[in-house]
Amino acid sequence: MRRCVAFAGLVLCVMLAWVIPATAQSEGEADSSQPTVLEGTLRLGFDQYFAGVSIAVVDQSGTSIGQTVTNAEGQWSVAVPGSGTYTVTLDESTLPEGMGLREGFDSTMQVTVTQGASRAVVFAVGEAPKGTPFGERAAQTLFNGLKFGLIIAMSAIGLSLIYGTTGLVNFAHGELVTFGAVIAWYFNSSWGELNLIVAAIATVIVCGMLGAGLESGLFRPLRNRRLGIFQLVVVTIGLSLLGRQLIQLFFGAEPLPYTDFQVQERWEFGPWAVTPRELVTVAVIIAILLAVGLMLQWTRFGKATRAVSDNASLAETSGINVNRVVLMVWALGAALAGLGGVFQGLDTDIDPFLGFQLLLLIFAGVELGGLGTAFGALAGSLIIGMSTEVSTLWISPELKFVVPLAALILVLLFRPQGLFGVKARVG
Amino acid sequence: MDFDIIFGNAARAAFGPEAVILALAAIGLNVHFGFTGLLNFGQVGFLLLGAYGTSVSVATFGWSLWVGILVGLVLSVALAVALGFPTLRLHAVMFAIVTIAAAEIIRILIGSTDAIGLTGGPLSLSFDAGAFYDLNPYPDGPHDRYGVGTFEFTGQQMWVITVGWVLVALVSLVVFLIVRSPWGRVLKSIREDEDAARSLGKNVFSYKMQALIIGGVIGGMGGVIDAIKTSGADPNGFRPQVTFFAYTALLLGGAATYVGPVLGAILFWFLREWIESFLRQLSAEAWLPGTVADFLDGSEGVISVGMVGLALVLLMLFRPQGLTGNRTEMQLDAR
Repeated sequence: MRRCVAFAGLVLCVMLAWVIPATAQSEGEADSSQPTVLEGTLRLGFDQYFAGVSIAVVDQSGTSIGQTVTNAEGQWSVAVPGSGTYTVTLDESTLPEGMGLREGFDSTMQVTVTQGASRAVVFAVGEAPKGTPFGERAAQTLFNGLKFGLIIAMSAIGLSLIYGTTGLVNFAHGELVTFGAVIAWYFNSSWGELNLIVAAIATVIVCGMLGAGLESGLFRPLRNRRLGIFQLVVVTIGLSLLGRQLIQLFFGAEPLPYTDFQVQERWEFGPWAVTPRELVTVAVIIAILLAVGLMLQWTRFGKATRAVSDNASLAETSGINVNRVVLMVWALGAALAGLGGVFQGLDTDIDPFLGFQLLLLIFAGVELGGLGTAFGALAGSLIIGMSTEVSTLWISPELKFVVPLAALILVLLFRPQGLFGVKARVG
Repeated sequence: MDFDIIFGNAARAAFGPEAVILALAAIGLNVHFGFTGLLNFGQVGFLLLGAYGTSVSVATFGWSLWVGILVGLVLSVALAVALGFPTLRLHAVMFAIVTIAAAEIIRILIGSTDAIGLTGGPLSLSFDAGAFYDLNPYPDGPHDRYGVGTFEFTGQQMWVITVGWVLVALVSLVVFLIVRSPWGRVLKSIREDEDAARSLGKNVFSYKMQALIIGGVIGGMGGVIDAIKTSGADPNGFRPQVTFFAYTALLLGGAATYVGPVLGAILFWFLREWIESFLRQLSAEAWLPGTVADFLDGSEGVISVGMVGLALVLLMLFRPQGLTGNRTEMQLDAR
């Protein structure tokens, strides 16, 4: 499919921020009127906190000073009588299953503190070393990467089709993904208590309507006003911030799971241990990607979409209703993004930043493949998904998103047009 | 409802260190985006390196604060160069994505538990900024306050913001002088039509790189002020939305103008804090129905950030040139 499609992706990126206000934990300056405190936070990355872990503090003579457990944010603190060296011990058996201290860190630490200061004590918690053979872990991460890459690819369809047909880089696309995950959660766990499959179908419809509403209520009028591309991008950034905050306002910032399909027995296929829910995710997404590809190639709507991507004015003069094509593209793209959110929420948990975290990877996948190439966007997304997951074989999971992003920059250093893009001189 | 307190909070935010930091970030962005047309969406990366360069030098290596500040600024230059080589040849939109990605890579690496020995990892790093506060000419007793009514600062805060606003003024002056020079006219010509500039024999890549470095260092200064203000650095303070806040300030005040980013930063913090304080007071009002009060309580920050998003949308719809900008200069299509 040469440049046909509109997968042009594009993308932009994303970002945005996870909007959680930073929790400052500064170490106080020594002020002898203040209590002297040892404190710390047990967490992995930015979103996983360990509660209920026991910490004990003993002074140099071996007298126990205090004992505490971490709170829901993984924080603990123990007041000590004053300047001196103390021994802090973390009880590893109280960490969650599968978690342990990272290599190079001991469960016992000596720290020195001065009167009136608060001193942070760091225990680096990570996944405990697994006994599984390397080959099996490699196979498993490949499967996880395939699944993740497919979720990225499906969510990317809307982004690239919208870019192809209107030239708009939609920074709020990640919030469409989040919206899908959150709405499905409401249907499934809150108001409706619908079966998740029914909830997912309802979500697809709601998201499609939202996409169509955004196009006809906001973006079409803006195009008619001839707003520049940059202004439109800024509008989507604003929408993305607004959407994320609204979701956080109503849904809350805590990660929540769906009620269905949470606990499933894994089926063994050779080196793979896969839950039925993961198999369904992969199968459904492959079917959808095939269907979208065939539709773009063979149906009237698909041909019209490609014609508009290629040259909107020419398409218009040939009798194609460009506005209707763009409306359909928005509805389709938003619906697929919402479904992507449901699958991603099923795989992890749902929180207001789910889509935002995906957005940078969606952009990366589309850009890695090369702007304006359908096959490239799919291949790029799969490469991004795989490299993210496979990298955890060697590096800590909290760093896994660095790998695809660094790969993106490296590839662009040598092939500015992306892996499958058409070479064009820019700058 | 005490509007004195609301106003005091808003005014303190508008002229406090946060506004200084945002103003520097926005001035840097103005050099990138406003004058050169570079869609840098990773400005927060420069702030991060400014802040961590300073903090790590002092806290981890025990160097003097002044050396630390220099390290922070040098790292900002290094990021601009490292980022510019692979990316300045890219399509504007790709450039935007790659710059966000680069800033995120740096934040994730610095905030990882593997980096604890160097940067403090996910915990904030703190250091002794005494060398800076020793120069403080404002008496800083427990009862010394500067200002009127509820709009007042402590002696230490006064020292940070005095230095900060003087720096903002100097940087604005430098930007004014270089952009008015022939060099600056080349920048604007690149913004308007890159191919035309190239056809006149200008080395577009080199000019873009210089602009990237200058704007990046100005952003790095914002990071240094941040580090001094908090006597430390925390990876959570450098999320990508910081860049978007800087864009908001820049677009609010007016891109491609000299006072725009500064005015925008002041207004941004004034309005954001005003809304937040107002909501906080509102949620404590007795006449408010309980469900509304519960809904508001604790959500003030979430709402005020959402308002930033709404403001961006409305600004683009109704006044894309911002308060002081020139509409024709904001027609640029990020190509």
